[in-house]
Amino acid sequence: MTDNSKTLLELRNIYKSFGPKHVLQGFDLSVAPGQSVVIIGGSGTGKSVSIKCALGLLKPDSGEIYFDGEKQDSAKAVARIRERTGMLFQGGALFDSLKVWENVSFTLTQNQKMSRKDARDAAIETLKKVRLGASVADQRPAELSGGMQKRVALARAIISKPDLIFFDEPTTGLDPITADAVNDLIREQVQALGAAAVTITHDMASVRKIADDVAMLYDGKIIWRGPVDRLDDSGNEYIDQFVHGRADGPIQPSM
Amino acid sequence: MIFNPFAAIGRASMAAFSEIGRLAIFTGRVLLACLTPPIYLREFFSQCMKVGFFSLPVVGMTAVFIGASLALNIYVGTQFGAEQIVPTISVIGITRELGPVLAALMLAGRVSAGVAAEIGAMKVTEQIDALHTLSAKPERYLYAPRVLAATLTMPILVLIADIVGLMGAWMICVAALDFSGPTFLRNVWQENIYENVSVGLIKAAVFGMIIAIMGCYQGSNSKGGAGGVGRAATLAVVGAAVLILASNYVMTSMFADT
Repeated sequence: MTDNSKTLLELRNIYKSFGPKHVLQGFDLSVAPGQSVVIIGGSGTGKSVSIKCALGLLKPDSGEIYFDGEKQDSAKAVARIRERTGMLFQGGALFDSLKVWENVSFTLTQNQKMSRKDARDAAIETLKKVRLGASVADQRPAELSGGMQKRVALARAIISKPDLIFFDEPTTGLDPITADAVNDLIREQVQALGAAAVTITHDMASVRKIADDVAMLYDGKIIWRGPVDRLDDSGNEYIDQFVHGRADGPIQPSM
Repeated sequence: MIFNPFAAIGRASMAAFSEIGRLAIFTGRVLLACLTPPIYLREFFSQCMKVGFFSLPVVGMTAVFIGASLALNIYVGTQFGAEQIVPTISVIGITRELGPVLAALMLAGRVSAGVAAEIGAMKVTEQIDALHTLSAKPERYLYAPRVLAATLTMPILVLIADIVGLMGAWMICVAALDFSGPTFLRNVWQENIYENVSVGLIKAAVFGMIIAIMGCYQGSNSKGGAGGVGRAATLAVVGAAVLILASNYVMTSMFADT
């Protein structure tokens, strides 16, 4: 359930450059508890950079980040946001050297010092939530298909029952049917946890399935934000071009 | 635009000093992680197997041939008293220099490159970022177990290399040069063997640390996909080899009176 009166995550006026390339130029985003916000935008516009800044994986050149009212300006604050968030990386980022169940329960064994037996049970239970059987628990990530790896990564992101989950291109590289199944799982699990979600994607099917709110990133800042049901009549030419996938329009193809 | 050699030298010097500074900070952080809890024992033992146990064949093969050829070379250069001189020089050469240095150079190729490639691949596939998001510090979970494992298993490998190397020397002396086997062993044992072996083992521990740190450092700085991972592995091997030879000279100078 979305609670719009409070803000769980807020990024204010974030600037981030890599050498001469100015990626984020006054990026603002706020996410309420339980709210699912999807950030859309072209390739290379800084969508991943924005969530990496939020998680403290990249340090913004300027701007402020707040999580649950706490300013993210110290290592301890960053550690706290990481304890209360989950992240599904674009490629899954599963640890090759660990078995599936060890990947899923990583935070339980390493941070919560749960016994390996209990952690394995918890991992298998969480794998069931993402429609994976116990038989995959002892496999290595490389033995799984792309869709299964995404589901394992989702299980790893939700096992600690986070308040906020970041999804970086969750359906990239998947066929439409598997992508739809992953979208369903994301929606289902986020709702079951009552967590907020920030998703970045180009996939409009994902957007319509996952989002409460949609934010369009262009030229380093959010140029439009609104509810997902306003996507088709936003009155914004950038949104129209992106949603309809047209090469002609104000957004120049990145080639 | 006129080429300014001083500016080029200045840029290169600044880049070199920056790199040395980054490596020093990285080393400090990793050593701190090695010396303070938590230590990831499962990872540590797993790395001991990878770095130590699985390096035994390559170290053993290297040592036996080096021992044999060293003994042969000393014999060729000796006119009188070969049966006394060959084992005496062989034991000094193998335990103090060739055992630790050659084992380290072999491991620089095998372990440093492997660690750099593994960590580099983790970096470019966002696994290092994933570790951060799961509240695990790479220097504790990834780097410290590798550095500890290499530092602690390298002396054991070198001890084995010493034994195998001397066996190689013994074999060539007895089989090809018609030396007396027991006399060879007596001459080996007489020449300050404990001091010589100890110096080699201290060197080995330092070399092990260098090998693992260079692998971790270059791997953690890799970028740009498969090409970046390959470059990291190359830099790790070259950097480790240069540092092994340089630190060997420093330690040889320090232990010259031992």
